[in-house]
Amino acid sequence: MKPKDYQKLVKDNSPPRPLLKNTLWAFFVGGLISSLGQVVLNIASKTENTKAEAASVTLAVMILIGAILTGLGIYDEIAEKGGAGAAVPITGFSNTVTSAAMEFRREGFLLGMGAKMFVIAGPVIVFGILSGFIVSLAKALILGLF
Amino acid sequence: MDYIIAFLVGGAICAIGQLIIDTTKCSNAHLLVGMVCLGAILSGIGIYEPFQEFAGAGALVPVLGFGSSITKGMLSEIERLGWEGLFTGAFEITGLGLAASIVFSSIIALLRKPQK
Repeated sequence: MKPKDYQKLVKDNSPPRPLLKNTLWAFFVGGLISSLGQVVLNIASKTENTKAEAASVTLAVMILIGAILTGLGIYDEIAEKGGAGAAVPITGFSNTVTSAAMEFRREGFLLGMGAKMFVIAGPVIVFGILSGFIVSLAKALILGLF
Repeated sequence: MDYIIAFLVGGAICAIGQLIIDTTKCSNAHLLVGMVCLGAILSGIGIYEPFQEFAGAGALVPVLGFGSSITKGMLSEIERLGWEGLFTGAFEITGLGLAASIVFSSIIALLRKPQK
């Protein structure tokens, strides 16, 4: 059997992914995490002076919550049900950092934990900054902000 | 009311993400990178701010909001400092969370071993 035929056979016989169920779970879990974020944002809006500061504090608190739930082993269970609902919020970003730190700690502190903490979250930061840089540069040049 | 809007908007963004993962060959990592770039770009062309004004944490908490915060930080620092802002602004809003992430993840990794 050719590899192509085999792939087709596997594809035809594997159970269909429960698309609707997955999507509904992602919606529910993602929505719940966002509502929790709204609680934090409302509190931060009262204690902080500017909107940017409130956003900054909210992101940090959500990252802390994600890290703690990961440490307790709860976030992995949420992610199992929620899929993208757990991965897309900033708590999921935090989850990847904390679980990588825990995972690679056994390879040593410097070259294990230190080097590989951002093994999954790194691309998000790198490409986020690159695209932000390009857009901001373009906007600043067009509007003559320099 | 703002909780319901945050729930609906945040949930919808995650549901779209799940659909993309399930119906295309896109992995989780590709999805997150795509979303952070999209957030940064939408913020640069001025669409994300009004959206976040309306949706609150529903727009801030998904990784789109992280990308948007990077651009927003750069633009506000450009106004304050000039060209240096293109670089210092990247962590203006997100830096608090990133440094917190490093500190707390290290502490947790010291205290706990992975479950599986």
